[in-house]
Amino acid sequence: MLDFISDHANEIVQLTTEHMMLVGIAILGAILVGVPLGIMVYQQPRLRTVILGLVNTLQTIPSLALFAILIPLPLIGGIGARTALIAMVLYSLLPIVANTFAGLTGVNPAVREAAVAMGMTDRQLLWKVELPLALGVVFTGIRIATVMSVGLATIAAAIGAGGLGMFIFRGLAMLDTRLILAGALPAAAMALLANYGLSFIERRIGGRYAPMRQGS
Amino acid sequence: MEGMASAVEFRDVTFQHASGRTVLSGVSFTVREGESFALIGRSGSGKTTILKLINRLLDPSGGDVLVDGKSTRQWDPIRLRRRIGYVLQDIGLFPHLSIAANIGIVPTLEGWEPSRIDTRVKDVLQMVGLEPGDFMNRYPHELSGGQRQRVGVARALAADPPLLLMDEPFGALDPITRAELQQELKRLLAALNKTMVIVTHDIPEACVLGSSIGLVQEGKLVERLPPAKFLQSSHPEVQAVIRSLTIQNVIHE
Repeated sequence: MLDFISDHANEIVQLTTEHMMLVGIAILGAILVGVPLGIMVYQQPRLRTVILGLVNTLQTIPSLALFAILIPLPLIGGIGARTALIAMVLYSLLPIVANTFAGLTGVNPAVREAAVAMGMTDRQLLWKVELPLALGVVFTGIRIATVMSVGLATIAAAIGAGGLGMFIFRGLAMLDTRLILAGALPAAAMALLANYGLSFIERRIGGRYAPMRQGS
Repeated sequence: MEGMASAVEFRDVTFQHASGRTVLSGVSFTVREGESFALIGRSGSGKTTILKLINRLLDPSGGDVLVDGKSTRQWDPIRLRRRIGYVLQDIGLFPHLSIAANIGIVPTLEGWEPSRIDTRVKDVLQMVGLEPGDFMNRYPHELSGGQRQRVGVARALAADPPLLLMDEPFGALDPITRAELQQELKRLLAALNKTMVIVTHDIPEACVLGSSIGLVQEGKLVERLPPAKFLQSSHPEVQAVIRSLTIQNVIHE
């Protein structure tokens, strides 16, 4: 086993890096699209059903199928990392959009009323009060999306996006358990680390004023 | 108070919910500068709606609400609200902001210099009986209910607004803290010459803080008198409120 690791050390490092890049870029994209969408869903009740319905539907498509569906599409499709990233962003939208919406909706109405009564404009209300108070819940969505994306990125190897899935698919083809584990173990570790790391930040954000969120 | 300009005036004000339910009908009154008007009445009688019409959280369905002689419809709502201090029962302190930032919110929105905000925050904290050094850097959840209410009052006073609106500001407090805060607020009002409209369901509070007391019943202002005369009113609803008070006193003895 040690021999195997030393033989493949470079490749393990390279694929792990690729994997992290895939997840990182996809989550960044999902935040940039998902948080504004969540704010829109909150502020425009008319768009609520449409947008939430859409991101919910995306989530019901099996991930391998979503990758496959995107390949033949012009401009965004094709084999490679770009298609995989688009699929991963789409997949990550639901937790981020839904949690942004939930976080904003969950702001204590008395706090919101006080802010409006104090003469805040809609923009000030959003940036100074609603978003900071929703941040903890938004972050939960980002954490869920990240952990999900680590798993999803392993499948992305099926459409030539690289990452630790390369080991897993090769291992499956060659019936080599060590190769499968070389992909699966770092991916699992990455998911766990992302979960713990982000939960820690999440508690730092939410914990300071959590007692006030529930009560008055 | 004769000859003083009217700070708040209701002219035959009607308010209907989106559902069509009439919350207020034919409400007319004037609150002059420096006066303090206490509104009492049962839950759901429309007291809070009257407050929200003054700072334009709501617009009247009929009639006119005037602040400083100008219809609220003609006021820019942001400008109007920044010159009205508002304290609500749930206080609504911003849990993510320090006490200093909470109190300094309107001055900050108004673009005051940071050093001026800092000085003002210390001043109003002292006014409401909180030691600035002990409280400025703390967060709302670290404070007791009474302290939070004091901060709520300090926040309302921060930008030195001529008009204060209070919605059952001390409703959630124990009777002793409540009486203390009432006395302090009374002292502050007299010292700062503020106009105030306060909603309460507590007659003693209305008597302590109001230069006149108005009774709201089913969306109408049915009686408005100075405290001493109010207690002698023959209006059946006033009688009912006073009876409830007497019974409480008997039990307490």
